[in-house]
Amino acid sequence: MSFSAAQIRKDFPIFERTVREGKRLVYLDSGATSQKPLAVIKAESDFYRLHNAAAHRGAHQLAEEATDAYEAAREIVATFLGAPGGADEIIFTKSATESLNLLAYAIGNAPAGNRFALDAGDRIVVTEMEHHANLIPWQQLGARTGAELAWFSLTPDSRLDLSSINDVITSNTKIVSVTHQSNVLGTINPLTGIVARAHEVGAVVILDACQSVPHMAIDVKELGVDFLAFSGHKALGPTGIGVLWGHMDLLNELPPFLFGGSMIDNVTMTTATWAPVPAKFEAGVPNMAQAVGLGAALNYLTDLGMDNVHAHESALTGYLLTKLNEIADLRIVGPTTNVARGAALSFTVADFHPHDLGQFLDSQGVAVRTGHHCAWPLAKSMGVPASTRASLYLYNDENDCDALVEGILGAQKYFGRF
Amino acid sequence: MELDSLYQEVILDHYKHPQHKGLSPSYSAQVSHVNTSCGDEITLNINLEGDLISELTWDGQGCSISQASVSMMTDLLTGKSLEQAAVIVKSFSELMASKGTSVGDPLVLEDAVVFAGVSKFPGRVKCSLLGWMAFKDAAIQAQAKG
Repeated sequence: MSFSAAQIRKDFPIFERTVREGKRLVYLDSGATSQKPLAVIKAESDFYRLHNAAAHRGAHQLAEEATDAYEAAREIVATFLGAPGGADEIIFTKSATESLNLLAYAIGNAPAGNRFALDAGDRIVVTEMEHHANLIPWQQLGARTGAELAWFSLTPDSRLDLSSINDVITSNTKIVSVTHQSNVLGTINPLTGIVARAHEVGAVVILDACQSVPHMAIDVKELGVDFLAFSGHKALGPTGIGVLWGHMDLLNELPPFLFGGSMIDNVTMTTATWAPVPAKFEAGVPNMAQAVGLGAALNYLTDLGMDNVHAHESALTGYLLTKLNEIADLRIVGPTTNVARGAALSFTVADFHPHDLGQFLDSQGVAVRTGHHCAWPLAKSMGVPASTRASLYLYNDENDCDALVEGILGAQKYFGRF
Repeated sequence: MELDSLYQEVILDHYKHPQHKGLSPSYSAQVSHVNTSCGDEITLNINLEGDLISELTWDGQGCSISQASVSMMTDLLTGKSLEQAAVIVKSFSELMASKGTSVGDPLVLEDAVVFAGVSKFPGRVKCSLLGWMAFKDAAIQAQAKG
């Protein structure tokens, strides 16, 4: 079956509605959150309608069914990521932000002698293009432990500057946490050299894969990273569910972050020991319906084929890049060519403020994101305090790109009259 | 089009030709406010002579709504007493909270009633209030010093 965005859109109930006085919804904000296919909405609602009970607790049939559904979702995620240690390497969180914070806090809890223990002589490495969720946890961990934060800066064409990689990832580096694809620039970062250098100095590599897992085939073994975080809601899944994957030997050594029910092995009034991974990292009744919904989302993507999804988005990105490059006074913030870049396209148009441009586009039914996109240091370093971002996904097509271009031209006319 | 109620001509005029922009070298108080969701920034200088707002100057960057609003506000509040200014700020804040149900009091707000349309766009209310919140802060700080 050939890939048809028009056909796919029929699976997404939200596209049946209109916006702003009957306009067709042109949704170009999937980088913020994706829309949901009926299969996901149904899986989540079926969980509540038919199987709802607290997983891993309760001596009754519903509790068994809820546990089975939740654990089945874990299997689906493990398969989707190619986790070498299987489902036990998958930790459910409430978001990718929580996954990254879990790592940062757990590492901060590591006692002396633990491989993760950090002190003032150590270094944490990030990049200048990180989303706040993969910058601030590390910045603050550095502040708490005395470890130094260092980062890769960017080249003029919005790529990581890896020219002095050995001076950034130094021998005292313990953690390297990088984004797979920039949520602002669309840049897809090359990982091979970073992973090789990090492992050479004994550092672990953490990948913020929020913008890549929904859009391309991922195999953690091929990427060679040690941890990976992504959020469910950007990958057709529900909100309130995120994933942390890590190698089992590392997860075993990592101390827990949240304490409470179901993460324990044995408890006295003064002591506690921990359950095996992944339970060690999942205190409290988990977001079960959301995990089940994420499972349905990943199954939906697998049925379409992630290589097909990626090929569709890549072709569409090329189409939109060409169109945007033709608009006078439009400047792409990110790679201007369709090489090693994803479907997040940020831009500025003359001196129109993105908020005003976004407002005009909204009046035409075109939904985009404006601002600094939760990457304020990046925005500042590029001298672009705010930009407009169109982010494409599997349900978008050339008509959507054309609507955006028409909208930009319309805005130029609308604001140009004064 | 609904959009026209947001982008009134006088708003875009203030955006293109901002008033009192450029910070005074001396001031009774200086504040900087940022809209953290979009990065819009405003620095505001206030000069008081007793209870009188003798000068308001500002610099900043941002969307047409935030920049026009601070431009119009500085026009409106310069030469007013702090007490009069407080009444105007309260009236403007109420207009912004009205969700399109109020047209604003032209006797109090003068030209600033054109921002009534903004209150229909929840995403933009913060833009229009940025400068006004900075003023409130600056007035308190200047009084504390004075």
